[in-house]
Amino acid sequence: MSLDAKIPQGPLAEKWSKHKFNLKLVNPANKRKYDVIIVGTGLAGASAAASLAELGYNVKSFCFQDSPRRAHSIAAQGGINAAKNYQNDGDSVYRLFYDTIKGGDYRAREGNVYRLAEVSVNIIDQCVAQGVPFAREYGGLLDNRSFGGSQVSRTFYARGQTGQQLLLGAYSALNRQIHLGKVKMYTRTEMLDVVTIDGQAKGIVTRNLKTGEIETHAGHAVLLATGGYGNVFYLSTNAIGSNVTAAWRAHKRGAFFANPCYTQIHPTCIPVTGDHQSKLTLMSESLRNDGRVWAPKTVEVANKLQKKEITAAQVKEDERDYFLERKYPSFGNLVPRDVASRNAKEMSDEGRGVGTTGLAVYLDFAEAIQRLGEDTVRAKYGNLFDMYYQITDENPYKQPMRIYPAVHYTMGGLWVDYNLSTNVPGLYAMGECNFSDHGANRLGASALMQGLSDGYFVIPYTLGDYLATIGPKPVDKNHPAFEKTKQEVIAYNNKLLALKGNKTVVEYHRELGHIMWEYCGMARTEEGLTHAKGLIKALKADFWKNAIVTGENDEVNAALERAGRVADFIELGELMVTDALARRESCGGHFRLESQTPEGEALRDDENFAFVSAWEFKGEDQEEELHKEELIFENVKLSQRSYK
Amino acid sequence: MSTGNMNLTLKVWRQKNSQTAGKFVTYKAEGISEDMSFLEMLDVVNESLTKKNDEPIYFDHDCREGICGSCSLYINGHPHGPKKAITTCQLHMRTFSDGETITIEPWRSAAFPVIKDLGTDRSAFDRIQQAGGFISVNTGGAQDANAILIPKVVADEAFNSATCIGCGACVAACKNASAMLFVSAKITQLGLLPQGQPERYSRVQAMVAQMDEEGFGNCTNTGACEAECPKEITLTNIARMNNDFFSAKLFREEHAHDHTGGE
Ligand SMILES: Cc1cc2nc3c(=O)[nH]c(=O)nc-3n(C[C@H](O)[C@H](O)[C@H](O)COP(=O)(O)OP(=O)(O)OC[C@H]3O[C@@H](n4cnc5c(N)ncnc54)[C@H](O)[C@@H]3O)c2cc1C
Ligand code: SF4
Ligand code: FES
Repeated sequence: MSLDAKIPQGPLAEKWSKHKFNLKLVNPANKRKYDVIIVGTGLAGASAAASLAELGYNVKSFCFQDSPRRAHSIAAQGGINAAKNYQNDGDSVYRLFYDTIKGGDYRAREGNVYRLAEVSVNIIDQCVAQGVPFAREYGGLLDNRSFGGSQVSRTFYARGQTGQQLLLGAYSALNRQIHLGKVKMYTRTEMLDVVTIDGQAKGIVTRNLKTGEIETHAGHAVLLATGGYGNVFYLSTNAIGSNVTAAWRAHKRGAFFANPCYTQIHPTCIPVTGDHQSKLTLMSESLRNDGRVWAPKTVEVANKLQKKEITAAQVKEDERDYFLERKYPSFGNLVPRDVASRNAKEMSDEGRGVGTTGLAVYLDFAEAIQRLGEDTVRAKYGNLFDMYYQITDENPYKQPMRIYPAVHYTMGGLWVDYNLSTNVPGLYAMGECNFSDHGANRLGASALMQGLSDGYFVIPYTLGDYLATIGPKPVDKNHPAFEKTKQEVIAYNNKLLALKGNKTVVEYHRELGHIMWEYCGMARTEEGLTHAKGLIKALKADFWKNAIVTGENDEVNAALERAGRVADFIELGELMVTDALARRESCGGHFRLESQTPEGEALRDDENFAFVSAWEFKGEDQEEELHKEELIFENVKLSQRSYK
Repeated sequence: MSTGNMNLTLKVWRQKNSQTAGKFVTYKAEGISEDMSFLEMLDVVNESLTKKNDEPIYFDHDCREGICGSCSLYINGHPHGPKKAITTCQLHMRTFSDGETITIEPWRSAAFPVIKDLGTDRSAFDRIQQAGGFISVNTGGAQDANAILIPKVVADEAFNSATCIGCGACVAACKNASAMLFVSAKITQLGLLPQGQPERYSRVQAMVAQMDEEGFGNCTNTGACEAECPKEITLTNIARMNNDFFSAKLFREEHAHDHTGGE
């Protein structure tokens, strides 16, 4: 099976405009004859639902939370990129495109990334029109800040709560369409399978999380916007409920899963304190605009700090190593995330980490507070400092933050073409749950951009082309595929509910997380990955024998929900390891110890690995099959990434 | 799996579903570390219940960092617990002392029926937003973002109102179960911004009408909502909303109920 990414021909800057012209349109009067299912109400899903309903399609929208407003996008902190060049500091669509391709370590498609940069400017306009209260300067113009991997200020923000404000904007647009009757909203409803008829996606199977009822929904197309799978590591900055189930079940129905091993480990998170920890909290990358990252120069000083014999403030200037500023003078503290994370890990590996565990470095604001005053620092980062204080009981205005890398984002996801269509016709993927735009490493403030680009500005065009092609004939809800898929879901849930062993699902999840972090985390080796694969297989077998799932189907049952999600994570974990094994190069967040430059940076192998890995499910407990989509670079020259 | 040395007694509201009556059940939470969050403490209790094949305690939660508005526990008589300006998930066990008894209940309001144990149905809040909590603008037609100048003070104030997380603590705190703080926060955010002016009066009427329909109580200016709101939404918002509401009535806004915009 050959993978056609359907990237339009022609010059980069004209691809999207020409493509839009070439796409078929659905006649305005016919739009109301189409039903579109959208799973997910984060930035990608809510923006798509609102925009498609505005066009006239009948939308059914689903989320597992009690309100669409609580999708995980709400937690995004730092900001959203756009090539507005309001600061007149040399930004342009091409520069945002270039930074993103380079930041992704040349493992993303030129065509997709250029389109993303191109529509980024419309996103900001749209959000402001909705009433999103972005930060402003005194003259009333929009303010910007800088994020890692770029040397311009192109990040728009709303204090440390940008995701919240953007999502509430999309939620309000969605609400308007619910009010108008164009969107039917299903909250506390979890999608558990895709229904395909003759190889085309025609509906989904869901479980009502209040009553347990298993239902089917039919539509002309199914759009997944179900977020990322960082929780496969158990501990991550994602919300507790974030999961891979929708994408994974779609994968098992034929959709290819692309680049599963590309994981982003974010450098600035609050370190782990103990085994009780249920999640990790991000300290936004925006803090690196003013915070300086350091570790003690010597192991002796680090030891004293770990034993709390001295405080950070007592470490003299010449005993500190501002290692990012030292190693990367031109980008300094604002190097991309993968680079910053590996360097922090290196400090801890050398014994120079701080905090009681030694698994932390400092992010220090003393200089910024002196330069700008505490009030200015509070105005910029107040809510983040408060969050830090609530969790650690330490005051970051007085002492440096302790930070350490944590799993944050997954660049991999369902394979999609330029139209955001998976290889299963009628099944689309948007936002973090697809793989498309960030290559092997995502730049900060680009996920919000991508989610909203997909939902507001891409899918409304590309979906129309597909719908016009298949025509408005209603989907046959009585087709046996619906009942058959429903019965399979019921049987699967019953199998889970029958598990009455001796180990909790959370224990399995934590164990999986340990395996993934240890062998498929920041540094990966052939040997470690091979070992991990065996461990995960064993864990899966054990889960299906000894897990405990309490309660019944016909009620609110969080244990059942969690069990289904963890079962899927275990299977995904194995595929991630398989993918990491197959990619015998380092790139972005995928760091194979066997493949590094003399300075310890990721060493790509463009000759052999300039492709997207797209995996095909071949049946339970079968090895998946790898399909390669070659990446073609016509505009940028592949080079060793340098941030020095 | 416990890592600390605090031992606590919990009195937890257990209720199978909205149809059945609930009751308090007492549990021991042992080996709790003061670095745990309150929800992590409940995780420990739930793990031990699960091991005994007993049903774990249901509560809503997701982000666990104070932003999604899911968590909603009424702890020792306070929504989100005893500390000011934080959500339940941001509450840490260092706030409590060893040996303490902690009472945990769901939000109590007729408009928020219990779905199970400590989880309630807050969809009434969504319906109020659907009635008018938006600016009628379709995707695509927006002008350049910097064409609308908004003074920093105005933007900052609108932002303060926009930080409401829709948790419902204000309702839970209010003896009348009034939703005024929540509703007024959205009305204030949009009412302060130039983009929100065209629908300012129709919006307030539509949202207030829906609020009344959902069965929330009246505001008697007690201020319990403001005191318990994790995002420090102020009573000024309610004053603004009342103002807009009376202006809307006074001027008999022509299109009071026709605020939906074109399709
Ligand atoms: C702490 C944090 C901070 C971040 N900060 C930034 C930032 O500053 N800038 C930036 O660009 N990016 C940031 N990111 C990344 C960014 O927030 C996410 O990548 C993005 O919001 C994902 O949006 P989404 O719409 O794809 O999915 P989500 O927002 O994750 O939404 C997923 C939706 O799918 C639904 N869903 C999932 N599975 C199912 C199912 N089976 N059935 C029914 N519904 C389902 C959920 O209910 C939810 O509505 C941050 C991420 C984290 C974790
Ligand atoms: S006003 Fe405050 S208490 Fe009420 S819903 Fe909003 S954040 Fe929660
Ligand atoms: S769990 Fe999200 S605010 Fe508490």
